[in-house]
Amino acid sequence: MADFQKWRRSESAQGLFLISPTLGFALLLLAVPLIMVVALSFWTQDYLTLDRTFTTANYQTAWTEPMYQYLMARSLKISIFVTAVTVLVAYPVAYFISFHVAPKRKAMWIFLITIPFWTSYLMRIFLWKVILGYNGVINGTLTGLGIIDEPLSFILYNQNAVVITLAHAWIPFAILPIFVALERVDRSLIEAAEDLGDSGLRRFFRVTLPLSMPGVIAATIIVFIPTIGDYVTPRLVGGPNGLMISNMIELQFKKANNAPLGAALAISAMGIVTFFALVFLWMNRKYVRGPS
Amino acid sequence: MTQKIIRLSKLDKFYGEFQALSQINLDIQTGEFFSLLGPSGCGKTTLLRAIAGFETLSSGSLHIDGVSMDGVPANKRPTNMVFQSYAIFPHMSVAENIAYGLKARKLPKAEIKASVAEAINMVGLEGFDDRASHALSGGQRQRVALARALVLKPRVLLLDEPLSALDKKLREQMQSELRRLQRAVGITFVLVTHDQEEALTMSDRIAVMFDGKIEQVASPQILYGKPSNRKVAAFIGMMNFLDAKVLTTSGDNVEVEVQSLGKLTLPLAQATGGLNGCNSVGVRPEMLTILMGSQTSEREIEAEVTEVYYYGDMTYYDVKLPAKEDPITVTMRNTAGREVLEVGAKARVGWSTSSLLLLK
Amino acid sequence: MRGKIGFFRWFIGLFLLFLYGPAILLPVFAFNTSSIVSFPLSGFTTEWFSVLLTNGTLHVAARNSLLIAITTAIFSTLLAVLAARASTRFSFFGRRSIMGFVMLPMVLPEIIIGVSLLVVIIQMGFELSLWSITMGHILICTPFCIAILSSAFMNLDKSLEEASFDLGQTRWNTFWLVIFPLVMPGIIASLLIAFTISLDEFIIAFFLAGTEPTLPVYIWGQLRFPAKLPGLMALGTVLLLVSIGLLLIADFFRRRGIRKTGIENTGGFL
Repeated sequence: MADFQKWRRSESAQGLFLISPTLGFALLLLAVPLIMVVALSFWTQDYLTLDRTFTTANYQTAWTEPMYQYLMARSLKISIFVTAVTVLVAYPVAYFISFHVAPKRKAMWIFLITIPFWTSYLMRIFLWKVILGYNGVINGTLTGLGIIDEPLSFILYNQNAVVITLAHAWIPFAILPIFVALERVDRSLIEAAEDLGDSGLRRFFRVTLPLSMPGVIAATIIVFIPTIGDYVTPRLVGGPNGLMISNMIELQFKKANNAPLGAALAISAMGIVTFFALVFLWMNRKYVRGPS
Repeated sequence: MTQKIIRLSKLDKFYGEFQALSQINLDIQTGEFFSLLGPSGCGKTTLLRAIAGFETLSSGSLHIDGVSMDGVPANKRPTNMVFQSYAIFPHMSVAENIAYGLKARKLPKAEIKASVAEAINMVGLEGFDDRASHALSGGQRQRVALARALVLKPRVLLLDEPLSALDKKLREQMQSELRRLQRAVGITFVLVTHDQEEALTMSDRIAVMFDGKIEQVASPQILYGKPSNRKVAAFIGMMNFLDAKVLTTSGDNVEVEVQSLGKLTLPLAQATGGLNGCNSVGVRPEMLTILMGSQTSEREIEAEVTEVYYYGDMTYYDVKLPAKEDPITVTMRNTAGREVLEVGAKARVGWSTSSLLLLK
Repeated sequence: MRGKIGFFRWFIGLFLLFLYGPAILLPVFAFNTSSIVSFPLSGFTTEWFSVLLTNGTLHVAARNSLLIAITTAIFSTLLAVLAARASTRFSFFGRRSIMGFVMLPMVLPEIIIGVSLLVVIIQMGFELSLWSITMGHILICTPFCIAILSSAFMNLDKSLEEASFDLGQTRWNTFWLVIFPLVMPGIIASLLIAFTISLDEFIIAFFLAGTEPTLPVYIWGQLRFPAKLPGLMALGTVLLLVSIGLLLIADFFRRRGIRKTGIENTGGFL
């Protein structure tokens, strides 16, 4: 009893007690639902009746049917493209803010970069349609200037449009962690590299980039994993060839009334992105020696 | 008659496997300025925080004013603390900070106001009542922290390295001010510091701690003049050590063989920590003299100057004795007519048996 | 060196154009007389804004969204205060994994959260309602609130609490007199961020919406009708202004918090 009294007053007990409501909420609304989705993916559904006998049929369908294979591969490809474009654009911007903006103005620049993110999500996607469309801003400007005769048609209702729109949506999330990592780079290390004879690009690739790698990794993970779950962007700007796996998951859960197959697709998609994220982390640990 | 305000006995504190305090026995007298001195990580802050009630004891007992503090939380103890970071509440003014503890006691408003005004006067912050606390300098923040604790008239004031954040000049000024304040209010002060000079100048008594243990408790003069072992002697001020071997004891005297100095007879009282295990002789640099011209001393020895450090008022010499590899240090005041020797010069070093300490 | 600066200037210029393109077009079309959303512009009008005032379905959706956003802001901030306080002040068994789990919705694809909540609600036999959307929103907003509040709690010097306790206050009073006032700016920022995220959230809301639409769900329904588009542009403009206004307020409080605790300002949100 005395031991229990002592434990109750201990730090560990107080901490666990404090966090218990938040943890309980997350268990109830995150862990339990996720477990149920996993369970569901091993069941079958016939219209509205659920058959709870264990089967891997949904996964067989998800992994063998060419349509799903194709959608999965395309989603993965788009996600990888979006991540690459986002991080490649984000890095110079973060670098600019960290190294070429006066310290007093940095907070303002970060604020400036987050503002567009607060434009209504749906409106933002829709406006890209207006910008990229056949009579859109880009085509209008280009034909007006006489650079092209015919409006470009390869920029809307395809995968390019999806990549551009998603990259736009995620760029603030990529800039922030890279910026934070760059801010943490001790400036005297860069001076030391210069002092030791490295200059310009060599210095960047040998010192600045490796030291900011944690930010790049965070940015990559933050963009890559959630991107696979967007079904609105492909639907609005992707056209028939720009649809992604999430559109199929949504379809299965809603119109097609085949929730178990939808669950199997969702879990497969999660599994695949997690796998790719882990491979990326592993390769990074192996080939880039960032700060520990 | 002096009374013991704090009694610590057989106090232990463990953090997992690590023992931060071991078998601490200590009495602190009412009204004294007491310091806990030691290198960082020696457990002095842990001990202070245990007295304040922020650390629970693993075993042992702690009495304040004759009352056991077992199970008494920090807010119920008759102690108050001045924190290393001062912990001034940043969202409150100077006066609000000082009134904080009085409000906790739910005293009448008029009484709080009077006490706060008195405390502000005491620490010399007149006119700063409504100053926002983030607009204060380091020295002012410390005064607020002092006033905030003293206004509650605690039995004991605990100070955790209160001067370490101040620059040298302000630190020296605050040292004398703290001492003056302590005499004026008559409250027992317990100060934690790693700065031996600070401890020596301010304290009535000092406890020297190493590795969670108290090595010696004594007044500054005894601590400096008669350290009980090599560790304490080396930590407080400078001390030269020579290897020594006890040969025989006879009555109140002891015969020792000392490196470079040869066979000597010393009074037993100069083995300050007892004779058991003594293997060296210590002598303070200022107890040695570089003899000039016809000057003489009780004893003298030939040496060679290996390094000279000129400080203006003082010169520090490293001199090499015969039969001892490392040089020893001699400090000399640069009084009128005294020349500063150069490296390589021969020097006669004067010494006396009464300035040698036999240490373990 | 000049070449390098020149490159950056061009790059940043193009980037800002890319970043702000949609946000700039929004008010442009909101004030354009033509009911077709495309260039060239035809004239200035505020007609689309006045349409908003008389649209009953829109008002219902807006009321629903506000209700959800306010509830979400309060509950996710409450949960985040507990988590942030626990994780910054106490070391307890499994702290890292518990915090990792609680923060998980930040990187989880929203469709997964939408799908899993949908499954639970249907399996448990509940009806889809505004409550189901609120639950989903609390789940995704809490990690953002924790991120903001953790830095607020972390900036808090532990010795301030000890000082209060040492000066004779109880733990309960110490929380209200010292800790709460000092993290207040963080709490306000957290409330506003959660409110803003919830107000704009579509993916989860669309999955969990029953018969009552939220604002984004309503917008989604209207996007199919070209005639409704200029009105939506006006609505989007209003929403953007509200969001920026709230963010500026949140940032103001965050800065004030930084000033109060005397810590160097190190950047923006998130």
